[in-house]
Amino acid sequence: MTREITGAQSLVHSLEAVGADVVFGIPGGAILPAYDPLYDSTRVRHILVRHEQGAGHAAEGYAQATGKVGVCMATSGPGATNLVTPIADAYMDSVPIVAITGQVSRAAIGTDAFQEADICGITMPITKHNFLVQSADDIPRTIAEAFHLAATGRPGPVLVDLPKDVMQSLTSVLPHEVWQPALDLPGYRPVTRPHAKQVREAAKMISASRRPVLYVGGGVLKSRATAELRILAELTGIPVVTTLMARGAFPDSHRLHLGMPGMHGSVAAVTSLQKSDLLIALGTRFDDRVTGKLSSFAPHAQIIHADIDPAEIGKNRAADVPIVGDCREVIADLIGALQAETRPELGDWWEQLNRWRETYPLGYTEPADGSLAPQHVIQRIGQIAGPDAIYTTGVGQHQMWAAQFISYENPYTFLNSGGAGTMGYAVPAAMGAKVGRPDTTVWAIDGDGCFQMTNQELATCALEGIPIKVAVINNGALGMVRQWQTLFYDQRYSNTNLGTHPASSRTGAKRVPDFVRLAEALGCVGLRCESAADVDSTIEKAMAIDDAPVVIDFVVHPDAMVWPMVAAGSSNDEIRVARDLAPDFDYSGDAEVNL
Amino acid sequence: MSSHTLSVLVENKPGVLARVSSLFSRRGFNIESLAVGPTEHSDISRMTIVVAVDELPLEQVTKQLNKLVNVLKIVEMDTDVSVQRELLLIKVRADATVRSQVLELTGLFRAKVVDVAADAVTVEATGTRDKLDALIRVLEPFGIKELVQSGMVALGRGSRSITDRSLRALERTA
Repeated sequence: MTREITGAQSLVHSLEAVGADVVFGIPGGAILPAYDPLYDSTRVRHILVRHEQGAGHAAEGYAQATGKVGVCMATSGPGATNLVTPIADAYMDSVPIVAITGQVSRAAIGTDAFQEADICGITMPITKHNFLVQSADDIPRTIAEAFHLAATGRPGPVLVDLPKDVMQSLTSVLPHEVWQPALDLPGYRPVTRPHAKQVREAAKMISASRRPVLYVGGGVLKSRATAELRILAELTGIPVVTTLMARGAFPDSHRLHLGMPGMHGSVAAVTSLQKSDLLIALGTRFDDRVTGKLSSFAPHAQIIHADIDPAEIGKNRAADVPIVGDCREVIADLIGALQAETRPELGDWWEQLNRWRETYPLGYTEPADGSLAPQHVIQRIGQIAGPDAIYTTGVGQHQMWAAQFISYENPYTFLNSGGAGTMGYAVPAAMGAKVGRPDTTVWAIDGDGCFQMTNQELATCALEGIPIKVAVINNGALGMVRQWQTLFYDQRYSNTNLGTHPASSRTGAKRVPDFVRLAEALGCVGLRCESAADVDSTIEKAMAIDDAPVVIDFVVHPDAMVWPMVAAGSSNDEIRVARDLAPDFDYSGDAEVNL
Repeated sequence: MSSHTLSVLVENKPGVLARVSSLFSRRGFNIESLAVGPTEHSDISRMTIVVAVDELPLEQVTKQLNKLVNVLKIVEMDTDVSVQRELLLIKVRADATVRSQVLELTGLFRAKVVDVAADAVTVEATGTRDKLDALIRVLEPFGIKELVQSGMVALGRGSRSITDRSLRALERTA
């Protein structure tokens, strides 16, 4: 007699076979069959989160910290729809995750059954692909396909929807017997090998260029090409800029690194792109936050654009040399092709770049009233925790300061929500990163607004033994929105005061919630820091705690702003280093610029 | 903007039409006409999509379509080297006094009468968009009770087939 197992057992065995060692999730009616065999699994650790959004972001954090596929699980209906935000986030930032959702039984599909939602329909535009499984026999192949799709080509989220009756039915297709099942994906053929002719063409162009820039995006991290990138940069002496998604792809301390381009990029990075005659764009997508007004972006530059996704090439900016391929192979081939070419002569270019870099370094002013500068807090966390720690952020001012003022020396140490801009990413992503890299210190740099969206996962961290550290950069407001209100809405602060600052006559705030007491209620150590003198000792206290999550409420000045800034919709040429202060690019003096 | 005809070979699986059509709408493209049906291979369906876009956005939508996992192949059908046809069924008011006139016009267009009632005839016509538009124009004065049109279908001229290679890919993974 042939042995039979349930679809649910097949799912768990398939997850084991594909090498998924951690699943973040919450059970519920439709997914319940899966949780029974999961209870017995010794190879798959399930981490019970407090909200499905936390499961999704944790899977993302896990994936980005480890390079493996992250897995989250939820029940049908609201469980599944709570995964929509992290799935959309993973789609925008090309993060490989697999979401497994329960679905109502096949006979009930389409009847508006209890907790029914068409999650395949809902996630169609925000997944790389999704599956509604129709038979328990198909589960091993579908799981194998889902992980393959998520991890290869341009990575991304894949959703597998499993009707309850499919999980309860019996199948004689045993995952460990059929593994690795043959994939049935005839329409999926990602191109990873770059075309040799295009690479030679690119090498010639690089050799002839006078003001080239390596415009490096998250694809360089996704393809694990940071070692190759360094060789290419050092071989040619071409300056490097790393986008928000690529922070850590090239050491910040490296002399060839100009920093981050974009809306809040460094003057040297933004200006290098504007004045360049050749952009070598690697795994990047000419996002509007980098290009500013597209028609005036890098107006003098020819474009070499390498990406694994052909649809990115020419989408926003026409490429003179398009190269479809995996960045690691592209860069390796470029290095080879450049051996036959002369090195570009970049002396004059570097003279200019260095002048911009020296004249307009990143900086900030200490608040006049003696209150805490958020930039100082973030900078010190980076210096004390060091370049081996992992930093996650939410979205807003604290995210930009974390991108600017922490020195990233290693890949996969800065995790944030770039494309989607998802507030609340930091805490659950830090949780996922810490699970994936338990020996690494993981700091969530969060804002008081973001923190209030997902801090319930600290309960998960406390109970599951996931000792992350959270720095709440508490400016009492939705800081980035407030900054825009300051600059573009006449200082009319409509609905941006969160009341998380201590009571003052000026703000009327009340310290609600009290983050220290909230942290303690969630099973964490809660600390507070309100003056510059206490910053280092508070960070060090948090660093010394290894057996519990720690939350520090850094009460910072409410009016600090992120500079430099290119206002939305403006040209990068309109960059401001501070309010009403534009760089003078013809200026060659060494006077100090007040920020 | 000009009209482009795309032949899209897709896996014959549930939901594929929704994936394709929603991609057009979410990327901001309007489908002028869409026809789907099985092909000579039971695992493959063929969609013929007519879309009005400029050259550059057409390239973008084609690349995005290619990223759909169920899409096997996309070929643009150039009007010069392909046969493009639509089907029209049209019910025209035609009592005994004008019936012969309607039939005569129908004959000129090599269309067929497929149903006759006391005061109406139903005409079937195939052809290019221009020909069908012309037929509708000449029948309009009699009074059109209702009409229905299929989307355009198209096939390249000559002996070559766009399905061969996709079939081989399917067989490889089977």
